[in-house]
Amino acid sequence: MKKLALPIFVVLASVGFAVALWLIFIEAPLQVSAGAARGSSLFFNQKIFFFHVAHAFMLFTAVFVSGVASGLFLKTRNPKWDDIANAATEVAVAFGAVVLVTGSIWAKAAWDVWWNWEPRLTMSLLLWLILVGYVLVRRFAGPSADRVAAGMSIFGMVGVPFIYTMVGQDSHPAAGKEGVVATLGAGMRPAFWISVAAFLFWFLALMIARIQSVRAEREVRELREKALDMGVLS
Amino acid sequence: MSLLRHAMRVAWKDLRIELRSREILYTMAFFAALLVVIFSFVFPRQPAVVRAAVPGMLWVTIAFAGTIGLGRAFDRERENDTMRALLLSPVPRLAVFLGKAIAIAALVLTVALVATPLLSLFLDAPLFDHAGPIALVLVLGALGFAVIGSVFAATLLKVRSRDVLLPVILYPLLVPLFVAGTKATGVLVSERPDFDIAWYWIKFLGIYDAGFLVLSLWVFESLVIE
Repeated sequence: MKKLALPIFVVLASVGFAVALWLIFIEAPLQVSAGAARGSSLFFNQKIFFFHVAHAFMLFTAVFVSGVASGLFLKTRNPKWDDIANAATEVAVAFGAVVLVTGSIWAKAAWDVWWNWEPRLTMSLLLWLILVGYVLVRRFAGPSADRVAAGMSIFGMVGVPFIYTMVGQDSHPAAGKEGVVATLGAGMRPAFWISVAAFLFWFLALMIARIQSVRAEREVRELREKALDMGVLS
Repeated sequence: MSLLRHAMRVAWKDLRIELRSREILYTMAFFAALLVVIFSFVFPRQPAVVRAAVPGMLWVTIAFAGTIGLGRAFDRERENDTMRALLLSPVPRLAVFLGKAIAIAALVLTVALVATPLLSLFLDAPLFDHAGPIALVLVLGALGFAVIGSVFAATLLKVRSRDVLLPVILYPLLVPLFVAGTKATGVLVSERPDFDIAWYWIKFLGIYDAGFLVLSLWVFESLVIE
């Protein structure tokens, strides 16, 4: 069963992605008024919403998983949790990159700028920077990287509300998409949730693959250390 | 409160070593002064621009000079492996952490004490119009910087590339602190300061410091012990 999990999630993600693509581009109605009201080219560009928000959901899921796993690692010192935190953060970097890029493309169409310091954008960017820092620590901090990285993950998770409050006070215009997901049109709802499900399976598949390779790397390292101690390797 | 007494003792130990050699104090202060001089050259010196840019200059100086001092202060514990002795000594480990953080906060405040008058002198910045609130902002900023900085500087003690990794870790986490500090200072040096907004950012800094202090006390031990 454990070995099957990865291929099952990959298949589910692929099927879900195909269905989602069909629903998004064929079935879901185009919301014309939103673009017309702003007088910009928000016509076909709204389709990116289905990818952008699904990836953002996964980004925050991954950050949450990473923070909790890091906490458990510090508490129990069981490397299993460290592997999960490590994998979750790397996956979060990937999903975060997609969130930032798709968000930027959407912003160009909707607001006619590639970037503005709107609260959610700022928060995603700062969070992403913390995640990239985490990956750098993992790569370059040597043997105690696990503890440093765990601390970073926990501090980063606790910092998120502060970042949100900080940018919320800013005078920049709000995104005006308050409750978009909740007030989604009936025609768009299946496309949106299938897309979220597809990317959730994709997220799980990436997580499992990454956890397996991180664990293998750690085991090789431990074996090597053991062999060095025993004098088998030099 | 024996914890605080022990913490003050650890802090006083650090500060006494520092007061004897004055290595970190002199280098940090000189570095901060150099930064201020560079800022006065690279930014236009019109009064309106200065008013807008001086909070940023002040906090960038604190961030850069503070990171240097932070790394050096913990290097000192590494050189003779005295961190191990400190952690083994019969005081609570939280006291060790608090003492370190207090000493670092004192060093960072020294940087602020050098940078603030120099900025006013070179750029004619109105930093002393509301000296009290600005001092409060600086103290809160220094405390937050020292708390988070001490946690990660102590964790990075045995890491080879700690000098590059320290800012890589610290700055993303400290962005809210720098933004809050800059905004509060910005309000206080503006022509007609709105004290409600300044007070909002001061409260933000206070909550930020308190939140991360609690978190640091909670995880410090498990982060530092191998």
